Amino acid sequence: MSGWTMLTIIGEDRPGIVAAVTKILYEKGMNLGEASMLRLGGAFTIMLMVQGAASADDVARIVQPVAEPMGLRVHADPIEGKLHDHVEPNARITIFGADRAGIVAKATGALAEAGYNISLLETDVGGSQVEPIYIMQMEGVASRGIQSLKDSLAGLAREGVEISVEPIDTMIG
Amino acid sequence: MASLPIITYPDSRLKTPSEPVEKVDEALLAFIADLEQTMRAGPGGVGIAAPQVGRAIRVAIVDVSSRKDTPNNGRVVLINPEITKWDGFAVGREGCMSVPDYTGAVIRAEKIELQCLDELGAERTYQMEGFEARAAQHEIDHLDGLLFLDRLVSRSGDLFRRKAYKKKGE
Repeated sequence: MSGWTMLTIIGEDRPGIVAAVTKILYEKGMNLGEASMLRLGGAFTIMLMVQGAASADDVARIVQPVAEPMGLRVHADPIEGKLHDHVEPNARITIFGADRAGIVAKATGALAEAGYNISLLETDVGGSQVEPIYIMQMEGVASRGIQSLKDSLAGLAREGVEISVEPIDTMIG
Repeated sequence: MASLPIITYPDSRLKTPSEPVEKVDEALLAFIADLEQTMRAGPGGVGIAAPQVGRAIRVAIVDVSSRKDTPNNGRVVLINPEITKWDGFAVGREGCMSVPDYTGAVIRAEKIELQCLDELGAERTYQMEGFEARAAQHEIDHLDGLLFLDRLVSRSGDLFRRKAYKKKGE
């Protein structure tokens, strides 16, 4: 069984990129794992687990013929697959406020010290060009409980940033 | 009593509606005891439905009483349950013993009233809220051939960006 590759593709967003990339991978006998595609600003971004090639470089070579005409940049790294081993998040954090430098660094720095392991992070810039606002959503594992996360963010809250820390109470039925 | 094997999706029996129980008898009670043992052996241990062990009958068990700060009715056996009232809604995360290694956000009624038969065959009415109501709705879905996968909503569903509205004159 061949190993896994993390395939990263970025470029200017347009319809049909995922379809074209996955079509060529399928035709070349590749197997797909988990993927995350996001439009960030005007950019198309995807990270996609691919299995079935001899090397990461081979995966990059397979998608190059469809990536190049669309002006996309391709990057491929060998990774360990580790599927079927999801980490169950137990805390969701939402932070928003007027956009300014340092929110992410301060928040994630404090959270890392409080034992929070982030498994998902999405940030957006909303509002207007004159008054941009920053919205940050995270899921992860609070190894030392919810209260330690709240305490760690108290300093940031005093700077006028809105912070919500909620437990994720997963019902397994 | 015996712990029963859990069947997992894509087993088609999980997508098949179950039949009502016609008689509450010794055989059914023995099955319910096995079902309960299976539930308590599972990762969540708060709910199970008969189709999860391959039995297409309308029987489920819910017991969230071991969780702290959680309103509950104790150990509840649901035979032929019907939800008769719904109130409010909440997004919460769910997983399922029949869908290993995946959890997702699902919208459920915050409060429900349900009617069912108990282990004596008597009609019962339960008021449920929060986590217990979520568990009951998840298990009753199993009896209708539905999984939480049928009801997934966005992962980051609690804050949505709106379109900017154009002001007059712009």
